Amino acid sequence: MADTNFDLVVVGGGPGGYVTAIRGAQLGLKTAVVEREHLGGICLNWGCIPTKALLRTAEVYHLMQHAEDFGLTAKDVGYDVKKIVARSRKVASRLSGGVGMLMKKNKIQVFAGQGALAGKGQVKVTKDKNVVATLKAKYIVLATGARARILPGLEPDGKFIWTYREAMVPETMPKSMLVIGSGAIGIEFASFYKTLGVEVTVVEVMDRVLPVEDEEISALALKAFKKQGMNIITGATVKALNTGSSNVTATIEKDGKSERLTIDRVILAVGIVGNVEDIGLEESKVNVDKTHVVTGKYSETDEPGVYAIGDLTGPPWLAHKASHEGVICVEKIAGKNPHALDTSRIPGCTYCHPQIASVGMTEAKAKESGHKVKVGRFPFLGNGKAIALGDDQGLIKTVFDADSGELLGAHMIGAEVTELIQGYAVAMTLETTEAELMETVFPHPTLSEMMHESVLDAYDRGIHI
Amino acid sequence: MPIQILMPALSPTMTEGTLSKWMVKEGDEVTSGDIIAEIETDKATMELEAVDEGKVGKILVPEGTEGVAINKPIVVLLEEGEDAGDIKASNQAAPILEKLAPTVEPEKVKAAPAAQPTAAASNTVAPSSDGDRMFASPLARRIAANAGINIADVQGSGPNGRIVKADVEKAMSGGVMTSSSVNVPAMTAVSSASADVPDFGQPYTEEVNSGVRKIIARRLLEAKQNIPHFYLTIDCNIDALLSLRRQLNNLDHADYNLSVNDFVIKASAVAMRRVPMVNATWTDEAIRLYDNVDVAVAVATDGGLITPILRHADQKGLSGISNEMKELAGRARGNKLKPDEYQGGGFSISNLGMFGIKEFSAIVNPPQSAILAVGAGEQRPIVKDGVLAVGTVMTCTLSCDHRVVDGVVGAEFLAAFKPLIENPLSLLL
Repeated sequence: MADTNFDLVVVGGGPGGYVTAIRGAQLGLKTAVVEREHLGGICLNWGCIPTKALLRTAEVYHLMQHAEDFGLTAKDVGYDVKKIVARSRKVASRLSGGVGMLMKKNKIQVFAGQGALAGKGQVKVTKDKNVVATLKAKYIVLATGARARILPGLEPDGKFIWTYREAMVPETMPKSMLVIGSGAIGIEFASFYKTLGVEVTVVEVMDRVLPVEDEEISALALKAFKKQGMNIITGATVKALNTGSSNVTATIEKDGKSERLTIDRVILAVGIVGNVEDIGLEESKVNVDKTHVVTGKYSETDEPGVYAIGDLTGPPWLAHKASHEGVICVEKIAGKNPHALDTSRIPGCTYCHPQIASVGMTEAKAKESGHKVKVGRFPFLGNGKAIALGDDQGLIKTVFDADSGELLGAHMIGAEVTELIQGYAVAMTLETTEAELMETVFPHPTLSEMMHESVLDAYDRGIHI
Repeated sequence: MPIQILMPALSPTMTEGTLSKWMVKEGDEVTSGDIIAEIETDKATMELEAVDEGKVGKILVPEGTEGVAINKPIVVLLEEGEDAGDIKASNQAAPILEKLAPTVEPEKVKAAPAAQPTAAASNTVAPSSDGDRMFASPLARRIAANAGINIADVQGSGPNGRIVKADVEKAMSGGVMTSSSVNVPAMTAVSSASADVPDFGQPYTEEVNSGVRKIIARRLLEAKQNIPHFYLTIDCNIDALLSLRRQLNNLDHADYNLSVNDFVIKASAVAMRRVPMVNATWTDEAIRLYDNVDVAVAVATDGGLITPILRHADQKGLSGISNEMKELAGRARGNKLKPDEYQGGGFSISNLGMFGIKEFSAIVNPPQSAILAVGAGEQRPIVKDGVLAVGTVMTCTLSCDHRVVDGVVGAEFLAAFKPLIENPLSLLL
């Protein structure tokens, strides 16, 4: 009989839940994780990681197609969908196994099943409708994540109309595709399929693609996608999807005019909803607002002893936000004195081609918040490493508060920017001003030099521009 | 150089004060922590503590002087090896201070009074007074310099006490600051004796007491020492309450989420109306009975306990009480209550039921005369008509100031309170 008394029970083993559990165990809490499907959650199994594997395939394929530009010969460049998907699945399963090892190493007990609150300090674990365990816990952290949002009339069928889940494991390559929604998820799939030769249309309800990004970056992304041959319709909505025997006809409305488009496949990427069902919230004091659990500064819910983190709670809905939130939550539980998470310093990355990354406020948001701003820009065209890479399109933009020199935001588009953004995130966390960034030595030749130049440009001191 | 001590700003609204009493005379040796004077503001009389040590060289403002502007020098301390002759030099330095002062914008003086406590205080940021490196983020330094705040006066909250932007902003808005020569003292006359606690060689870390923590400590000590407490305990069956609560919370379009505590607040308010003597304050001349039913509810925050007040609680509905309480508690935790939202009140409620505490006795919150300590509602065996049954029972303990509330009066209150809790529909009447 397994031990069922714990200090900490985490419901959900995704990037929020398993990290919370490890930190809890490090702090001496006797910890258990309840996971209904697989450790690592959506992120690791059906999200961040497997899509990065697919996008790497797309990137290599793209380079091979342009081998001549690099003085190489590559003939009969082609691909095998099954092998592409198999590689992506292998990457995911390798990591999921790794999380299992981490649980063992930290002596965290893993219960397979659906976890739900069951009265004060108790979690019930259900598997195939049978209660397999009832766990007692002083503290309960809910980390059940989220799933794709479904709009009425645009329901997925798993065959022709996909969510991210089917989009990740195509059996054959469709000829044409409609992606509904141009957030990070929609654009990454659009980029993957487009690079592999699919005719891709993206419909976005807002007036620009990647609407959370800085307007300037958004405009550059639109230009790049159009150049690749993507058909992008902004300010439009998909009114209906009619499934035929082998394809789908979409009714797209823009400026009051309807248009029909027939495509092989549709991907729905119109946001997410929190997994608030079947976890026992109804009988508790936990408050839910628009499918997300309402929490305080340290992830506490309205039910004493019950906490919630990650996608189950408020935005931004990102794996690294979930992990970090979980660590802060459990440190607070263990009596440490952590700072609450500052959501204005959480970087966001989109791994399409070209890559997009940002942290902090957009220029518009900074002005709207009453800041007098100084804005710096540096184009990839002026950077030696970018030209050597053969990837000379892009921009690094920085936004400073004119009075204090606080770095309010940084916005990037171009090669490898998802790896660069962390430099600015560290700078923001350490509260550097423009002066320290200017004093920092950036190695030559690297893409990171553009980060330096962008700061210099904000103060009219740019060298290579 | 002799140290000038300036008239401190003891509240965010204070612009001037009365130097009511000197606790030292010229020639006295003072050390850090000694109380040197009593200062009366528009709100209260407070003690002024010395931070530096030295000899009282010259008292510049005589006892009883009214309308002393903040930041005006009131006394000069001589450091070791200095004598009265040095004061002259110091006085010559004073006009420099006055010349400097107007360069700081008036509103910032008000917001951060401790920022220029001595003539010597400068805005340079480098080392702290003891020569150690100051750990502060570049942004914090820049914002402090722009606002004319000495970074050394700001309490850091970052890793290892590093001063970050939020700390400077808090200091600018009048939050807790340490200062280099004047400590803002606490409210009452209980002296502190922190220095001489033996440690018996045990390892420890010290968390420096915040101003709020000190006020809580002194007030509670004063209350428990001065108020003749007695306690009355009663069990209330809350099955009907829980069922009514569920029913109300499940109504369509409910824009509230009632807690058991909301019912306790409402029932206390109604019972206070019926037994007005619990809603009163002792003074030596008279017992002051309050016209309004204002209930203070204890809320735990990171900085300590605070009691936001639900005014006219007897006239408010449950949903009104619930929503107002949530809003007040939220702001209390965010340290955003205005003084008039937590000062006053005629009665307090402290609820530890959510932690599973069965019962406890609270300390009366002066100047009030009674506080209700509420335990957890838990299933217990009860005897009903000679038969053993299970009921949800919540134990409540009333702590009373016997100078105001006699045993019978306290019992009358609980006798009024219990049926309101056990049969909450009667709250409608």
